[in-house]
Formats: sequence, structure tokens, C-alpha cells
Amino acid sequence: MSVSTASQRVEFQERARQALQDTSLQRALAKARGGFVDHRLDAIEALPEFDAIRDAARDIKNHVLANLDGYLELYEQQVIENGGQVHWARDADEACQIVAGICKDVGAKTVTKGKSMVSEEMHLNPVLEAAGMTVVETDLGEYIVQLAGETPSHIIAPAVHKTREQITDLFHEHHSPLGYTDRVTQREALVNEARSVLRERFVTADVGITGANFLVAETGANVIVTNEGNGDLTSCLPRVHIVTAGIEKVVPSLDDLSVLLRVLARSATGQEFSAYTSLYSGPRRADDIEGPEAYHVVLLDNGRSRLLGGQYQPMLRCIRCGACLNHCPVYGSIGGHAYGWVYSGPMGSVLTPLLNGFDQSLDLPNACTLNGRCKEVCPVRIPLSDLLLKHRVEQHERRLSPGFGRFLLGVWAWLACRPRLYQGVMALPLRLMYLLGRRRGVLAWLPGAGGWTGSRDFPAPAGRSFMRQWQNRKVKS
Amino acid sequence: MIEAQTHSPIKVGLFITCLADLMRPQVAFAAVALLERAGCRVRVAREQSCCGQPALNSGDRASTMNIAKSVIRAFSRDDFVVVPSGSCADTLINKYPDLFRHDVRWAGRAQGLADKTFELTTFLVDQLGAELDQVSYPGVCAYHDSCSGLRELAIQQQPRTLLDRVEGLSIRELEDGNACCGFGGLFSVKYPDLSGRIVSDKCAQIAQTEADTVLGGDLGCLLNIAGRLRREGRDLKVFHVAEVLAGMADGPAIGEAESEDKA
Ligand code: SF4
Repeated sequence: MSVSTASQRVEFQERARQALQDTSLQRALAKARGGFVDHRLDAIEALPEFDAIRDAARDIKNHVLANLDGYLELYEQQVIENGGQVHWARDADEACQIVAGICKDVGAKTVTKGKSMVSEEMHLNPVLEAAGMTVVETDLGEYIVQLAGETPSHIIAPAVHKTREQITDLFHEHHSPLGYTDRVTQREALVNEARSVLRERFVTADVGITGANFLVAETGANVIVTNEGNGDLTSCLPRVHIVTAGIEKVVPSLDDLSVLLRVLARSATGQEFSAYTSLYSGPRRADDIEGPEAYHVVLLDNGRSRLLGGQYQPMLRCIRCGACLNHCPVYGSIGGHAYGWVYSGPMGSVLTPLLNGFDQSLDLPNACTLNGRCKEVCPVRIPLSDLLLKHRVEQHERRLSPGFGRFLLGVWAWLACRPRLYQGVMALPLRLMYLLGRRRGVLAWLPGAGGWTGSRDFPAPAGRSFMRQWQNRKVKS
Repeated sequence: MIEAQTHSPIKVGLFITCLADLMRPQVAFAAVALLERAGCRVRVAREQSCCGQPALNSGDRASTMNIAKSVIRAFSRDDFVVVPSGSCADTLINKYPDLFRHDVRWAGRAQGLADKTFELTTFLVDQLGAELDQVSYPGVCAYHDSCSGLRELAIQQQPRTLLDRVEGLSIRELEDGNACCGFGGLFSVKYPDLSGRIVSDKCAQIAQTEADTVLGGDLGCLLNIAGRLRREGRDLKVFHVAEVLAGMADGPAIGEAESEDKA
């Protein structure tokens, strides 16, 4: 995909503009935001050692990344010992082909999926559908998004951009033909209706695909954390279970896992623990009552290994908790879709250019106030805003940022190094702005910064700089 | 903590900040007044303009380093450097040393500047333990903690400690006081719609407190907030915390017209 940088820029800004004007979206976002923030705060206030656990979580991830090859091999060995298979995929296409191949081999007609951001990253659904399979999302949020023909807008709350009224309409439209003719509007009733529609699909599915929050090297287990239990049904009922996961998901041991779980749910939803934390370690054994006949893990690289050893490596610590999204004022204003890819918010703005190509998303690292709240809440202490700044440096050094802006900045910086000249040059516009603004105290329009005054006034300057006044004062005294 | 002695005053260089210099000189005058009353001798180096944040945040390290060098030179004589802004102080304290990490000639000098630089309210409270002159400001104030100050320099209690002693003043906390105001320097120019949206959220929270005044320690945020409040037609006054502490908040607030007789 080669899109010119200029059109990309317009795309993000255009999507953001539309998002700001989308009243349903704005209502949905406003409703979600405060809840996430408050719940997280309550949860961590109840755990005084939270910061120490965060340090431990960061250290575990750092240790894994420094020894990733070893842990991946150990993990693969364990999976094989448990009777499963591991497939390595260099990129999204390869991963899709592997998954589609497994499904075709077993003659799958219906495939259920539990929430997996990696499968979104792979764009797996269209590939399976093109191969004639029916794909059913089983996570409620993902299911809603699927009915709407959209993609998730939040890594842990895929349908957070939808209002309840919109969900009511969607269910009514899609479920009426199945005999659910009542229009249900209450949360509980909506959940129950989705449950009962989905239940049938669970039973008829041939293959179940889930993601993994973690992969445990010492046991070969993949771990899924959910609040709906859909992951269990997706993993256990079908004949074949396929796990799709990024290579960075591996952790050494169950002890390490428990450390990471302690920060994950608290950061994500403010729960101490998610309702379901499930470990799956391969196909059904002779004396198991249930479980799949075959168990496959597809490990996706897709640009991750390129980050190892470089300045962006800390990003691979991400455990996809969503806290940085929930605390980001930009995400809170426009939601996830405006970011243009599966990952949004601060973590998306760091990751998307790295995995998709730098020039594919020039806006993302720039569309940030660098307020640092993301960095403050991240459970594995990823310095997100610092990484965004590194992106900006790289854009600047590779001359990817717009030429005119660079020119103006260069002139300004040149002046700023010559304070006396700077003071002289600034005096005239300052005086002008003062004269134009002094009657009202503000300017409603400012040449060159028309956007600023689109939504706010520009306070008028004082007319004479401090430096001028200070010099005069010294002369007088 | 530094002990002020009458025969040898503490020598402080004032880093004016470009916004105070150009937009609101009174903030710098207030800073000078506060420092002098606390027993400091204030020097204002002529060779200063901006800390370089616009270049730094645009990823232009080379330009930022040039600006940083001129700042380091300009303040080499001062015992302390005081900045009436959390974000500019953060630039000098945290960002300069990082920029010159691999530069043997400048790393030490950058660290030297960082070690003697303080944001104004932290200098007054943590370094001087200053007892301010009694001033009064009759107002209910919402305090905006700016992001860099709050998160990079842990400035939160210091301005409140100082404001506690202002007669007639009370503080109302915002519901989500840790949230950004949407200024972000050039961000507000490059992404004005986003910035405008974030600052209107901030103003809604300010309005909720029913305060009549907004105070803060960073002029960038305050210009942003004042501009939005004015556009919304709200008549809250916006001042830099130093103006109130120095008893200079009796004139027009930020974004407010000059009074009739002067205009
Ligand atoms: S970057 Fe940190 S806060 Fe954001 S999703 Fe990943 S782990 Fe969570």
C-alpha cells in the first residue's frame, strides 16, 4: 500500500474532524471515559504496592525481550510436548494463510472467534470469508462491531464507540429474522439476546480462534482474560482451537504470569481480576472430558522483531490493557477509528508507524499534547510520550515532516539563538496584536493561526515585552 | 533549603519564558517581586528568548541544542535559575541533559544548569521556605496543574501552599484535575480542532466548580483556557499564580480588556 504522505495527513485530520462532529460517538465516548479512569484509580488505591508490582511487571517484560528467542523456543517445545503445533508467521499475510489452511484442512464451515487484536491486525475475517467460511465473533463488543460492519475502536472495549440505542437498532435489524422480534433496550436484555443467538453458533462451530494475553513458556499454555467466558466456549467446544498471538506475548513462568495479571485487570477495567482467566495447554488428552482435538498456535512477527534492541523496544512490553487510551485526551475526543488501524490511542500512535511503515501515519505521533498521562498510567511503564517524541525526531531527521513548517521552525530557531535580534523582530507584531486586541482584551482572529481562533479567542499581548520594560526600568532607576 | 542572609543575598537568574516576555510581562514582574521579597537578588540576563520547546517537540534536536547552548551560556553566572513555568523548567531540568547525554563538551554544563534550575513556586516553597508578604485576593479559584509541571516536576502542593496564605482566597479542585488542557504548544496550532475540543472539556470542568478565577503556573495553558473561556462568554478571570501571590492581580486578567480610563 503506498499512499502519499500528504493524503495520509488529510485522512487522519479528516477522520478526526468527522469524529468530533459525530454526536453519537461523542455521547458514547463521554459515557465511557470517566468510568475507566475512576475504576482504575479505586483499584490501585486499594493496592498500596501497585507501583512495586508495576516495576516487577516491567522487569519481567524486559527480561523476556532480552531473551526472546530462548523463551519462544522453550514455549514451542512445551506446546509440542502437550500435543499442539506452533506455526511461525513473518507477516499478516503469512499468518492468514496459515490459519485459513488449517481451517480448510479440517473442512471448516463455521469459525468462532474470541477477542483477538492480533487477528484484527492480520485482517483475518475477510480471508476466511473469501474461503467460504462463516466467521462469528463471540466477544459481545466484537460481535456488535461485526454486525455493524466495522472494526474495534478500543483494544479492550471494541464497541465503546457505540451508544446503547445504536446497539438496540443493530440487534433489532439482525436478530429479527432469527425470531427475536422484540426491540430490547436494556443492557441486560441486550446481553442475553446476544448470548442466546451466539450459543447456537458455538455448538456448530468447527474451529475456534482466540488471541492470547500471555503465552507461558514453562508450561506451553496460552492465557486468555475475559469478562464474558466466551473465550472458554470458543476454545473448548470446536474440534480445532487456533491461537493467534504476537511473539512478544511470551512470559517465562506461571509466577511471572501472576505478576502481570495483577496489573492487567486493574489497569484495564479497575477490576482486581477479570471474571475469567483461562489457561489452555493443548488438545484434549485421553482422560479429558472436553477440549479440542487439535491445538495450533500461530505466532506473528509482523515487524515486532525489528524493534528488538532499538529505541522503540519498550513498546513491546505492552500488555494491551487500554489504560493509555482511557487516559488520553485525544483518544477521548475522537475514539479509535480516527487512528486508522487496529491499535489506537497512545500505544497505537507509537506502534502503527512502527508496524505499518513510518510514512503511513505521519500524523499519529504529532497529534498529541505530550501531556504524559499515558506514560504515568501504563502498568509496564512504557514511556509512551517519550516514544512519540522519538518518532517526531525520526520524522524530522528523515525529512518526512512538511517542508514549510520545517522552514518556519528553522527561521524561528535561528532567531531564538540570537536573543537581541529576536527581541527586535518580535516587537512589531507584538505591538500590532496589542493595538488590535486591547479594546476587547482578546483577538478573535489571528493571521497564520486561523485554526487556534476557530474555537477560542487569542488573549491580546501586553504591547511591550518584559525585556523592553525591564531595560527601561533599569535605565530609570 | 537555602538560608537567606542579609549581607549576601541569594543570586537568582530569572528565565522569563518567551510567553511571559511577549504575552504577559506582568508574570515576570511578579516573579521578580516574589523573589526579591524572599531575599534574592534577581538578575535578568539579556541574552534569553525561549527554552526551545517548539523545536524540541517538533523533533528538531539540532535547533533545540543550539537554543539550549545559548540558554546555558546566558545563565552560567547565576547561582540559581528560576522559571515561572513548569513546562519550561522541565525543559531546562530534564530535557537539556538528555539532549546532551552523548556530548562530552556540553553534558556537564547542561547538567549544571539543570541542577540549579527551579520552577518558581517550588523554589519559593521547597528551596527558600519563603514566608510571603500578606496579600489578599477575594476569589474562589480553580487551580489548573499543568501537565509537565505535575508529571515531570511533581508540582502540585507548592502553589497551593503559597495560595493558602492569601487572604480571601479559596481553592476549588477540578473533578479530573490531572487532565490536560489541550494546549500542547504547537499542537494547538497544528491540530486546532482537537485542541479546541480538549480545552472546552477543561472549561466545562472549571465551570462546574463555580469558581470565579482560574489560576495556574503555566502561561501556555492559561492563554489557552482564557481564550476558550472568553469565546464561551464566561466571565471568569484567569491569572498566573505569581500575579496573585505578588498582589498584582488587581488589573485586567489574561484576555481581559484594559479598563476604560487606560484604554
Ligand atoms: S501501552 Fe501500556 S497502558 Fe497502553 S495498552 Fe499497552 S500496557 Fe496498557
